[in-house]
Amino acid sequence: MLTDTLLFYLFALITLGGGILTVTRRNAVHSAISLIGSLIGVAGLFLLQQAEFLFAVQIVLYVGGIMVLFLFVIMLVNLGQAARERQFNKQWWLALLCVAAIAAELLFFLRRGIQLTAPAAVRPSMLGNTETIADVLFSEYLLPFEIASLLLLVAVVGAVVMAKKRI
Amino acid sequence: MLYPITTVHYLALSAALLLIGTAGVLARRNIVVILMSIELILNAVNINLIAFSRHFQNVNGQIFAIFVITVAVAEAAVGLGILIALFRNKETVQADEIELLKW
Repeated sequence: MLTDTLLFYLFALITLGGGILTVTRRNAVHSAISLIGSLIGVAGLFLLQQAEFLFAVQIVLYVGGIMVLFLFVIMLVNLGQAARERQFNKQWWLALLCVAAIAAELLFFLRRGIQLTAPAAVRPSMLGNTETIADVLFSEYLLPFEIASLLLLVAVVGAVVMAKKRI
Repeated sequence: MLYPITTVHYLALSAALLLIGTAGVLARRNIVVILMSIELILNAVNINLIAFSRHFQNVNGQIFAIFVITVAVAEAAVGLGILIALFRNKETVQADEIELLKW
């Protein structure tokens, strides 16, 4: 139990620290590397919550796929000049005001929901997490699964059309 | 209040990550960083879904998180494609310099 607590705070620190660095760094490559740290922290939180399959998906897909895509694009577009300019737009105080408003709202509801107790111990039926997910995904959620594959196809075609100079 | 980790701790962490991402989307000028902040927001949603999936011992939350990740991948691919097309035409990646639709 104590190990769980320590690991939670460790991963929370990695996640939030990486997130803050992502938003504040001047150089986009530094932002991307901080984001990788943050995503790995989120993956650790998934592991703590006994979502082993999502832990693997998070590492392979986010850290291995999306972040490599981001780094490629950072190298394709010339960000040297952007790094020398102003990093925040003129309405940054308005943005912070909006964030503070949302923070107050979330804090209010978190305080009201504080009576949620610790999660119950895992029942034996939850064992074999990947198997359970596959069972539900390929029976109950078969149609959304197929639609997701169609969405990915559309995204692939759209990305190629957008990025290609002439078709 | 800090010691036994409950679902509320995960919700608070997710809320904090959501706020960081929102601040990045609203305040940064660089479009690449804005897209990364959107990834942060989607990850906050996923933490929430997984926390409730554990809390109610229900696997549906994890399925939903898989769909959220799928949509995030599609969004990143199309967004970065649009960014490349934009950079080719306007030679800028600053969000407030793209003002063709402003009057």
